[in-house]
Amino acid sequence: MSFLRRHTNLLSLFAVLYLLFLYVPVLLLPLFSFNDNIYVTLPLKGFTLKWYESLAGNSALLNALWASVKVGIGVSIISTVLGLMAARAMTRYRFPGRRSIYALILLPLVIPYMVIGVSTLVILRRLLDVELSLLTVGASHVLITVPLSMLVLMARMEGFDRSLEEASRDLGDTAWRSFRRVTLPLVMPGIVSSFLLCFITSFDEYLLAFFLAGSDSTLPIFIFSTLRFPNKIPDVLALGSLILMISIVLVVLAEWLRRRGISGSDSSVL
Amino acid sequence: MTALASGATSPTSQDPTRRRPEWLAGLWLIAPTLAIVIGMMLVPLCAIVIVSFWTQTGFDLDTSFTLANYGLLVDDALKCFSDGCGLYSTLIIKSLWISFVATSAVVLLAYPMAYFMAFRIQRGKLVWIILLTVPFWTSYLLRVFAWKVILGFNGVINSGLKSLGLIEKPLEFLLYNPASVTITLAHAWAAYAVLPIYVSLEKIDRSYLEAATDLGDSRWKRFWRVTFPLSLPGTIAAILLVFIPTVGDYITPTLVGGPSGIMIGNSIATQFIKANNAPLGAALSCLMMLAITLAVCLFLAVIGKKRLKGADI
Amino acid sequence: MASSDNAMITLSAVTKRFGAFTAVDAATFDIAAGEFFSLLGPSGCGKTTLLRMIGGFEQQTSGEILIDGEAMGTRPPNHRPTNMVFQSYAIFPHLDVAENIAYGLANRPVDKATVARKVDAALEMVRLSGLGKRRANQLSGGQRQRVALARAIVCEPKVLLLDEPLGALDKKLREEMQIELRQLQKSLGITFIFVTHDQEEALSLSDRIAVMARGKVLQIDSATALYERPNCREVAGFIGNMNFFEGRVVAVEGDQAVMEIGPDIRVRVPLTGQSVTAGGNAILAVRPEKIDAVVDRPAPSRNAIRATTRASSYLGDRSLILADWHQEAAPVSVSLQNRHAAAESPLAGGAAREIWLTWPVEAGVLLSD
Repeated sequence: MSFLRRHTNLLSLFAVLYLLFLYVPVLLLPLFSFNDNIYVTLPLKGFTLKWYESLAGNSALLNALWASVKVGIGVSIISTVLGLMAARAMTRYRFPGRRSIYALILLPLVIPYMVIGVSTLVILRRLLDVELSLLTVGASHVLITVPLSMLVLMARMEGFDRSLEEASRDLGDTAWRSFRRVTLPLVMPGIVSSFLLCFITSFDEYLLAFFLAGSDSTLPIFIFSTLRFPNKIPDVLALGSLILMISIVLVVLAEWLRRRGISGSDSSVL
Repeated sequence: MTALASGATSPTSQDPTRRRPEWLAGLWLIAPTLAIVIGMMLVPLCAIVIVSFWTQTGFDLDTSFTLANYGLLVDDALKCFSDGCGLYSTLIIKSLWISFVATSAVVLLAYPMAYFMAFRIQRGKLVWIILLTVPFWTSYLLRVFAWKVILGFNGVINSGLKSLGLIEKPLEFLLYNPASVTITLAHAWAAYAVLPIYVSLEKIDRSYLEAATDLGDSRWKRFWRVTFPLSLPGTIAAILLVFIPTVGDYITPTLVGGPSGIMIGNSIATQFIKANNAPLGAALSCLMMLAITLAVCLFLAVIGKKRLKGADI
Repeated sequence: MASSDNAMITLSAVTKRFGAFTAVDAATFDIAAGEFFSLLGPSGCGKTTLLRMIGGFEQQTSGEILIDGEAMGTRPPNHRPTNMVFQSYAIFPHLDVAENIAYGLANRPVDKATVARKVDAALEMVRLSGLGKRRANQLSGGQRQRVALARAIVCEPKVLLLDEPLGALDKKLREEMQIELRQLQKSLGITFIFVTHDQEEALSLSDRIAVMARGKVLQIDSATALYERPNCREVAGFIGNMNFFEGRVVAVEGDQAVMEIGPDIRVRVPLTGQSVTAGGNAILAVRPEKIDAVVDRPAPSRNAIRATTRASSYLGDRSLILADWHQEAAPVSVSLQNRHAAAESPLAGGAAREIWLTWPVEAGVLLSD
C-alpha cells in the first residue's frame, strides 16, 4: 500500500509542478502590469494602476483591439455557421467524395500558418491584385477556424441519438422545423464552444494577420510591434491581463450556464 | 452515395412531399465550406508551387518556367557533403531539430500530467481541464514575451540570482539561443499535448487494467503492455499537433531565438517581405512542407512497425 | 397476393438496396386495418429497414407502399399517417415528459387547452399521470417506453410502427409491457406493425407474423400456422425447435406421402397442398414435443424409428432426450412431459438404451428441399 501511495504522491507533485510551469510565466504579466516601473525587470518597485489608466488613452491600441474584436466576431459567426452545415453533412448524409472532402477541410490544421500566409499573399497581391485589409485577414481566419468548428460540432452531433431527429420528423416536423426544435437546442453547447474557440483562435492569430492585413492593424500585430519598444510594454501587459481576466470570467460563466441549463442530461460533453 | 434513391427521381423543390436526393443535400450543405477551403487554401497552394518555378526580376515576376530556385537549394544542400551546410539546409535541419526536441519535451511532460488527470483525479476533472487551458487564453505573443522576461538579461532568473548573491553578472546564455526557443515552445504548446493524451487515456475501459492485473502484471508492466499502447492514438495526435506547426513557427524564434535561434519560417518571411524574392520564398515554403511531410511519414512508418511488432507479443 | 378491400397497408415489390447488398427483396403483402402485425427475423434480415421504409425514414429503391389506399412515393415521415416508437425511444432530452408528448400536436391546428387535455389523457392511458414535469433522464426504461408510446399515439396515426420497443427492458417488465401493448392496441383499434427478433414475443402478441431472412419474406401467417405448418426449413428452424429428417419421396398415396429417410426406414407425411412427386428429395420436420419415446414397438399406424438414447436432461416440467437413430444424421431431440415422478419414467437412469421414437402421421410437416 505504501508503494502505491508513494507513486500517487510523486505524480501529484509532478502535476503541481507542471501547473506552476504553465502558470508562472503567464502570471508574470498581471504582476508586472501593476508594477510601477516602465521596464519589465525585477525587483518590483511598487503598486500602480497607471498602466490601466493610460490604456484608456492609447488610441492605437484600442483601434487594434476593436479591429481584432470585429474580425473575431465575424470569423466566429461565419465559421460556426459553415461548421454547423459541414458537420451536419458529415454526420447525417452520404454523398460522393465524403471522405476526401473531410480530409481536405481538415488540411489547414496541419499546414504551417507561414505557408498559408505567404501563399495567400502571393495569390491576392501578385496574381489577383486584391487590396489587403481586415477582410482578407478574416477570410484566412475562416479557413483555419472552420475545421475546428466542424470537429467540435461533429463531436456534439455524433453524441446524440440520430433517432431523436427522426422522431421529430415522424411527429410532423418539416426538415427545417425539426432542425430548429430538436437539433439546434441539442447542439447549442457545441455552438457555444465552437464560437469561443473560433473567436480565441482568430483574436490571437498573428502570422496570417501580419501578411494579410495590409495597412490595417489587429491586436496581435500591434502587440508584436510594441514588443520592440520597451516603454510601450506596460500598456500591453495591462491589456493582456484584462483579457485574461475577462476570458476566465466568460468561461466560468459559460460553464455555469451550461450546467444549469442541461442539468446533467449530457454531462459527457465538455 | 450507394444509397441513391432511384425511386426518388426528379426532385421538385415546390412539392413538400418530394425529397432532394440525400447525396445532393449533403453536398449542398458542405459546399460553402468546401469553396472556402478550395479558394483560400488549395488555389493558393497551387499558386505557390507554380511561383516557385518562376524568378524575380526587380519588382516584376518572370513567369518563364525555371528550376533555378530549386537548383539553388540543391546546391545549398549539396554543400553539406563538402564544406559545411549552406544557409537554407542549416535552417531546415535546425528547424526540424528544434521542433523535434520541443515536441519531445512537450509530450514527455504532458503525458504524466494527462495520466494524473485521467487516473488520479476522481472528481472535478473539468476543473483541472479548465485550470490547464486558462494560461492559453492570454495572447501567444505575450506568453512568449513572458519567457523573454524570465530568461532575459535583466529578467526574473538573472535578477533573482543576483539578489541572492549567487552570480555577479547576469547569465547571458539563457536567452537568444535554440534552448530558449525550445523551452518557450514547450510551454506554449502544452495544452495541445495534454488534452488529446488525456482524452485517449480517459477512454480506456478500466476493466482492461483490472484484467491485466488479474493476469499477473505489475503496475509498471501493465502500463507498458496495456495503458500506453491504448493511449497511442492520442499520443500520436499530440506529437503531430505540436510538431507540424512548430517547424514553421515565426513568432518564437523572432522574439526569443536571437541570431542563432532563427528558423526556416523567418527565412521564408524575409524572402517575401524584405528580400522581395517571392519565387525563392515559394520554393523554400515548398521545401519546408516537403520536409515536414517526410518527417511525419518517417515517424508514422516507425510507429507503424513498432505497433505491428507490439501486436505479436 | 392481391390487395384486399380492408388493407391498411399494401406493399408491392418493395425493394431496398445498399450498393450490391439487398436489404429488402421485393416485399409484397397486405396488412389489414386494425391488425397487430409483426415482422420477425434475426438481426440483419431487413425487418427494421422495411419498417423504416413504411415510416418514410428510408426510401425504397423500387416498389410502392400504399397506406390506406394512398401511394406514399417519396413522402417524408412528416407527411405520412404513421408514427413510430423508436428502439432507443428517442425521448427528447431537452424537453420534459409533457412537452415530449405534446411535440407532434404543435404541428397541428390545435389550441393550447386541447393540447393539455390530450397530453393528460395520454399520460393517463400509459399510467404516467403526474410525471409530466419529469425529464427523460429521470425516467426508468419502462417509463421511457410508455412516454414514447404516448407521444406517438397522441398524434392518432393510422398505423403505429414499433421498432423492437421492448428490446431494452428486462424480462419481467417486457412481459408486463407485452400485455399492456396488446390491450392498448385492442382498445385503440390502430394498426400496429411490430418489429422484433424475439419469436415468443411475436407469437404471443400478433394477429399475423411475417418471418423474414436475408431480406426476403419467407412466410406470413398466424402464430399457430407458423408453428404447425411452416413452409420452409428456415421458418421451421427459426420458430421453436424442430427435428429435420432428410430423405426421398417414394410414393404419394392420396393426401399422404411416403418418405424414405434412411435405409428401409419409411415414414408417412400428410400433404397440405405441397406439390410432390415420387422420387423427389424432401425434408420431414417434426417438433420435439410431438415425438414420444417408448420401449415397446408402437402400433403400425404411427411412424416409428429405432434409436439409442444419447443424453437426457431434466428440466422440471419436461425432460429433453437426445437420441441417435442413424449414423450420419443429426440426433433427434424429444421433449417429454413429466406427468409422473421421474423415477417412474421408462427412461429413468442415464444409461444408453434402445428405444422407439414414434409420432402420429399428422404431426409431421413435409418441406420441399
